[in-house]
Amino acid sequence: MTTTDRPQPSVQAKEAQPGGLSPLRRMTSGLTARQPGGSGSTLLRHLVWVLVGAVIVYFVSYGIEPFRNYQFATVAAYLCVTVGLTMLTGLNGQLSLGHSAFMAVGAYTVALLQNEFSDRNILGNWTLLVSLPLGVLAAALAGALIGVCAARLRGPYLAGVTLAVALVVPAFTTYFSSVFNADQGLSVYVEPAPAALGPYFPPERWQAWIAILCAMITLLLVANLIRSRFGRSFKAVRDDEIAAKLSGIHVARTQILAFVVSAACAGIGGGVIAVITQNVSPSVFGLTLSLNLLLAIVLGGLGSMFGAVWGALLLVFLPYLTTQMTRDVELSPSLSRNLEGNLPLALFGLILIIMMLLAPTGIQGAFRKLGMIIRRRMSRPRRSEAN
Amino acid sequence: MHRIAVRGIAIAACLALAVTTAACSDEAPSSGGGSTANVPGVTDTEITFGTHQPLTGPASAGYSKISPATKAYFDYVNAAGGVYGRKIKYLVEDDGYNPANTQTLVRKLVLEDKVFAILNGLGTPTHTGVLDFIKSQNVPDLFVASGSRSWNQPDKYPTTFGYQPDYTVEGKIMADYVKKTYPGQVVCHLGQDDDFGRDSLAGVERVFGASGVKEKQKYVTSMTTLAPQIGAFKTAGCQVIISGTIPGFTARGLGAAAQLGYKPQWVVSSVGADNLTLSGLLGANKGLLEGLISVGYLPIAVDESNPWIQLYKKINASNNGNAPFDNNIVYGMTVGYLTVQALLKAGKNLTREGLVKAIESGGFKNAAAGPYRFSKTDHSGIGGMQMGKISGGVQAAFGPVYETDDGDGAVKEYTEAATAPPSNGIPTDTAVK
Repeated sequence: MTTTDRPQPSVQAKEAQPGGLSPLRRMTSGLTARQPGGSGSTLLRHLVWVLVGAVIVYFVSYGIEPFRNYQFATVAAYLCVTVGLTMLTGLNGQLSLGHSAFMAVGAYTVALLQNEFSDRNILGNWTLLVSLPLGVLAAALAGALIGVCAARLRGPYLAGVTLAVALVVPAFTTYFSSVFNADQGLSVYVEPAPAALGPYFPPERWQAWIAILCAMITLLLVANLIRSRFGRSFKAVRDDEIAAKLSGIHVARTQILAFVVSAACAGIGGGVIAVITQNVSPSVFGLTLSLNLLLAIVLGGLGSMFGAVWGALLLVFLPYLTTQMTRDVELSPSLSRNLEGNLPLALFGLILIIMMLLAPTGIQGAFRKLGMIIRRRMSRPRRSEAN
Repeated sequence: MHRIAVRGIAIAACLALAVTTAACSDEAPSSGGGSTANVPGVTDTEITFGTHQPLTGPASAGYSKISPATKAYFDYVNAAGGVYGRKIKYLVEDDGYNPANTQTLVRKLVLEDKVFAILNGLGTPTHTGVLDFIKSQNVPDLFVASGSRSWNQPDKYPTTFGYQPDYTVEGKIMADYVKKTYPGQVVCHLGQDDDFGRDSLAGVERVFGASGVKEKQKYVTSMTTLAPQIGAFKTAGCQVIISGTIPGFTARGLGAAAQLGYKPQWVVSSVGADNLTLSGLLGANKGLLEGLISVGYLPIAVDESNPWIQLYKKINASNNGNAPFDNNIVYGMTVGYLTVQALLKAGKNLTREGLVKAIESGGFKNAAAGPYRFSKTDHSGIGGMQMGKISGGVQAAFGPVYETDDGDGAVKEYTEAATAPPSNGIPTDTAVK
């Protein structure tokens, strides 16, 4: 708390100063430079945000139907991933098409550990406290491996390597099919909700709690990281590598670090998905998922934590809404034969196009712009009064 | 900073107070009890079923025609007054053959749409992932569209029932035919690297013994060619290849063999032997299909003399927009017919427990060649199959219907005569007590 009044170290202050805006920087709307020292302890501020969020979610989970709880659990799982990815792409300027593979690493680790525990008759919900962190660790290790390559590559070449990572997952599970059971995947043993919560406690609510807890922890850690020295290095490297190097930042090390953290986030997201769906299979973590994740962070608003939240919400609710909207359309049998299944997809595509036209900086960018317009409107009369 | 903290805590506290009053205890779900009044998905005028199908994506070719055919049959029955005065509603969700989508969609169907039962969910990897959820919700899970043996575990999954013959039964019947027809020839097996291929091989080995199958090859659906596998068969000198493959890989196998100038006798699983689908895939090379031996459990779509085909064609014209008539439509309509039979047996007071009990009472007879094996201890579907052959570009069934089990039981002829459909095309089964 006392850090408030302490003068900022000079290196940090230098890094935080926004210089001329690079094109990528201008695209990432979520990054208004905060005045150093202006808003108190970052950790405490984030902690309060997260606690308020957790309390809201806790009570909301009681007020909604089991299926909505399941949907929120899925949102939370994706949120872990989009937060990490938006940090990597939005803040560090690295593109990854391989995040579904890191999710798979986390998910399979959790699956294998949970099943191992239950085979050895070690039961209880606490096993998740072992398997989930180990899933994160495994994903982080995989991230470090890829990150070392990634630090040497730029633009399309980086995209190419990470694409290969995403594509290798099904082949891997097939090659070692005695462990991963090929295309069919594994079912994951997950203990039911503690009996203390009552006999009719919906399992979906319990899953939502686990997922949201993980998402909150991830959000807290990443938000703090971004506001720290590392976060500023990330941005410096993204904006101008040479300038960053001149300021004493180790570029490759910074890029690898961003990759590892981002992969770890994907690992926890994958692990949570394994827990809430109680099943892992390679086609869940296919290339489509990687592309969808990228789509989500761009649509949500690249580089901002709120953008990551919007993105995770979109990933779950947009396909759901398009299916719901097209369901009640009554068509003749011959017409529905051609349209069934394709109509929601067409609507999905249409919505994406409209959103990109209306809000090229993503949902968060649009809100920011709206906020600015309102603020300007509000301040204008005051200024005229002064005149 | 303090201001933010104080403000946050104040907001949280207010919310806590506001919502605690609303959220107290969870009530018991109302699905229990014996009366129809509070059974999910059942009203006095309607029964709602849900399903997950690959309407788009890699498995959609052919399979996307199944659920519209089932729906068409339900519409046909609804037009004649429904079942005990209740119309059947069928909610079809597209999972694109992606297990992640299946997870979400089945939860949506059960928890949000509150369907009475899941019907004919398609695919081994997709449906395997939702078995535990379905069990925890006590939802009837009828006639899964896959021949995995997983559906037949009445102790573990008491509400799940299979439909088509499982792949082990199929493997045994194919192998038995090969043993009798091509004695002394070298037999090999090609299979998909999941339950489908593994169960099929298990069936073949029950007949030939593990050493009786000279070369065993596997593939996964992400492969683009089967040339290495077929090369291995050629090297091993295989004369008969028994194949547990989906249509795309049956076609690839035939193509790879043709390129090597290699002509084994193919005996292909019902899953991957539909003449119409295979000719479409092979295009100009469809001559390769000549002489292919297949195995089936439903009448073949081109068999105009079969009364079931005549009935289905009529319904296809009146309720399915006259879709191109193939084996997938025969499959879908038979699922619809079987479902109506089960509902009739379950009686007027429809409950989930009652429906499960009605199916376990067994004794279903319809278009299927062999018997349905449903009983209290057996949740597997059809147990009998008939061999078929493509000659002159036409696929036709021949010989007797065989039946067997997935254990060590012998393959024997099923002698009971085929049944004809009732004249109005709606089953007449009566409620069991």
